[in-house]
Amino acid sequence: MMYLDAFVHSPFWHSPQVWHALFITTSAGVVSAVVGVFIVLRGQSFAGHILTDVGATGASASFLFSINSWYGFLSFGLLAGAGMEALGKRTRGRDTATGLVLSFFMGLGALFLFLDTRVSNTADVTMSVLFGSVFTADPNTTPWLIGTSAATLLVVAAIYRPLLICSIDAEWAQARGIPVRWVGLLFMLAFVVAAEDSALAMGALLSTAFLMGPAAAGVRIAHRIGAAIGISALLAVMAAWLGVGLAYASYNWPPAGRGYPCSFLIADILFMEYLGAGMAARWRAHIRRLGGKRCT
Amino acid sequence: MLDVRDVHVHLAERLVLAGVQFQIEAGEFVGLIGPNGAGKTTLLKTILGLVTPDLGQVLVDNRPIRRGNPAIGYVPQKVHLDPDTPLRGRDFVALGLDGVRWGVPLPRRSRRERVERALGSVQALTYADAPVGRLSGGELQRLQIAQALVGEPRLLLVDEPLSNLDIRNAHEVVRLLHELARSRGMAILLVAHDLNPLLSALDKVVYLARGRSMAGRTDEVMTSESLSRLYGYPVEVMRTRGRIVVVGGPDMHLVPPEAADHAGLGEWEATTP
Amino acid sequence: MHMMGVLDTLHLWLLPSGLLTTLYMWHAYVCGTIVALTATLVGYFVVLRGVAFMAHSLPKIGFAGVAGATVLQVPPLVGLLTFNLLGGLVMSTLSRRGRRDVVTALTLVLALGAGELFLTLGQAYGETAYALLFGQIVGISGPQVGQTLAVGLVTTGLWMILYRPLLFVTVARDQALARGVRERLLDNLFAILVGLVCVMTVPVVGALLGFSLLIGPVATASLVTRRGVHTLLLAGALGLAAIWLALLLAYDSGWPVGFFATTIIVLEYKVVYIGRWVKTRRALAI
Ligand SMILES: Nc1ncnc2c1ncn2[C@@H]1O[C@H](COP(=O)(O)OP(=O)(O)OP(=O)(O)O)[C@@H](O)[C@H]1O
Ligand SMILES: [Mg+2]
Repeated sequence: MMYLDAFVHSPFWHSPQVWHALFITTSAGVVSAVVGVFIVLRGQSFAGHILTDVGATGASASFLFSINSWYGFLSFGLLAGAGMEALGKRTRGRDTATGLVLSFFMGLGALFLFLDTRVSNTADVTMSVLFGSVFTADPNTTPWLIGTSAATLLVVAAIYRPLLICSIDAEWAQARGIPVRWVGLLFMLAFVVAAEDSALAMGALLSTAFLMGPAAAGVRIAHRIGAAIGISALLAVMAAWLGVGLAYASYNWPPAGRGYPCSFLIADILFMEYLGAGMAARWRAHIRRLGGKRCT
Repeated sequence: MLDVRDVHVHLAERLVLAGVQFQIEAGEFVGLIGPNGAGKTTLLKTILGLVTPDLGQVLVDNRPIRRGNPAIGYVPQKVHLDPDTPLRGRDFVALGLDGVRWGVPLPRRSRRERVERALGSVQALTYADAPVGRLSGGELQRLQIAQALVGEPRLLLVDEPLSNLDIRNAHEVVRLLHELARSRGMAILLVAHDLNPLLSALDKVVYLARGRSMAGRTDEVMTSESLSRLYGYPVEVMRTRGRIVVVGGPDMHLVPPEAADHAGLGEWEATTP
Repeated sequence: MHMMGVLDTLHLWLLPSGLLTTLYMWHAYVCGTIVALTATLVGYFVVLRGVAFMAHSLPKIGFAGVAGATVLQVPPLVGLLTFNLLGGLVMSTLSRRGRRDVVTALTLVLALGAGELFLTLGQAYGETAYALLFGQIVGISGPQVGQTLAVGLVTTGLWMILYRPLLFVTVARDQALARGVRERLLDNLFAILVGLVCVMTVPVVGALLGFSLLIGPVATASLVTRRGVHTLLLAGALGLAAIWLALLLAYDSGWPVGFFATTIIVLEYKVVYIGRWVKTRRALAI
């Protein structure tokens, strides 16, 4: 009871930074979790990773021109998404050529970051682009971020069924008269927004955690897509809140009392969730096998 | 040469093979026939030591099998190669010779000649230097056979070599394998859906259905009584104009005759009862 | 007179003063050469096996290793070796259970998160992170050259040992298994091979750009030739050209070497791609 009291009255809830952090991570987490299930189904996690790497280039450029980094993430992400869509095939882990062409953007990002450090004379830009900084994010971005996330969820809901069919078997979808091209384009849009939102929240390097972690866990536990999406979103929210809370608490932690990075905490929680999901799935299969044996 | 004794195999809680039994002698050309999902590929994998039987055993030269026996050559059912695999047909075949060994291969005369001979024996010399990823299904099939032959096995397991080939090439491959069995005294176990292209060449048939097998000369196995016993319900074997047609087997109602003809399937699966 | 001026400028540009007399530039060139050659060897299998994502991830994991080594005050090589080899093994082990790309992605973020933590704890913000991610040529010391050479030799030796069975199991898996090739062992050894290359690339061209060195030259070469040996030779030449030129340009401009290396490698790919396209067009027109 005492703990609960202390929890409710903790200064945690009175800090506007904390609220911003919670909003940012939650909205990025939920949208990534939902879109992520389709990414797992389509085997496109490499593409997701590329999107955020290219987004990081945009963010580094935006610092150079003193624009809000979210616009940099989003504009370059859209560019990369359009490029991948134009190539006309799904970018998978196998895809050397696409990876190579897009690694060009990473080289460019290196240059921008280099110039950033020259201009601003501090190297904090590197850290905030690559690893994120939810507590010091520009509050003006928060409404935009929440708005785009909500819009993306609506888009995914609207194309849910055709998207599912396209993700499972594109040729069959075409034969059934589904506008595969359009569905692909809309999904790519959702994909970009999810990837870049989570890149802003987690940093470009760690955004893949939000994109893949909850979804992979959800797909492992659930046998139906709807359930997988629900579980995935739930896991993402859990990780976001727990991560922000721990990051806030970590200012008193050893060794230095400098605070543990929030995105690191969230990424690790997500990984644990994934491992836990694997164990749960195996355990359930085991139970089922025992049950089956008893019946026969 | 090969002795399969009462083999039972479970795959993921399903009994796929339930008492398969037959023998093959050196130089015999044997067809392994059965409908889709009968367990033909599983049986080959068991002989190769890739699947361990739950019950029964497989002997090669009177000794229990072990994985990686060089006396057994294998041509798998499906291959997938990226179109831009940086490998010539020749290199692909050479892997069958010593691909298992560690280290970089040294270019030796004897090695080159053996690869050349294997390529020649399947008439694949014309495209031996083409990139493998670009070959047609039939061409790749021949290279796979060459890859298995180059290790000079005494038992060759071939999984559905005819499904990729047109009728003329199917006859050609059957003739080729038949000749190899004769000239080298090699035992061949060839998997097929359709018996008819093989009829003239086969020494023996192993018929697989419902996890069990029936083995013997073609005219012994392909009779209404023995197949009915195997399936557990009455089927009829008919002979018309030198072809054998099984009426009443499984997956028959799925394929209308004209579609089956179109897909090049044998009459055997196409005939409706 | 005019001619002399042009030559002088060219000379100054190609051989800027100090390029050949500065010790660290010699170090950078030696390391760059070793890295480019071994990256080509391993890249051949990376492209053949289609594990671009893994090749993209392992160098980033190496970055976390160096960051950790800085915090614990052990030599960076130790951190690199530990993280890259462990990361590779975790990927190849876990991906037997789950989907490969998902496992790769999650292992990657786990390591990167650790890297971020190390950077925070070690207060090694900014400059260090930047150098690790994008490479630097100024800092390569004599002992580091020795280390790169040693790792390069080990990598090449391992590559030669693995060559045949790895090729067999990659292009004809079922046959290879039937002939007794041990797939699991090979998977793990291959992961170690990629990890070792990343140990070399991270200090020179940086964690983010080692990837392009690994797959770029091989991808370019396999556009024009389909023979293993030719692919390797051509890719080696392309990789060397890229890294040498990148080092020169980085010295000239003071900009990050990784940027130049990536750009050159991608340009090589584009040029060859377009060249091939034009050639087939011509052939069709005739
Ligand atoms: N790894 C596996 N796990 C579970 N079941 C399997 C596995 N491999 C095969 N099976 C099942 O075992 C049965 C036999 O498969 P097999 O591949 O041996 O059939 P087949 O006779 O070769 O069929 P086809 O003519 O289609 O090639 C099938 O029902 C298949 O679903
Ligand atoms: Mg089969």
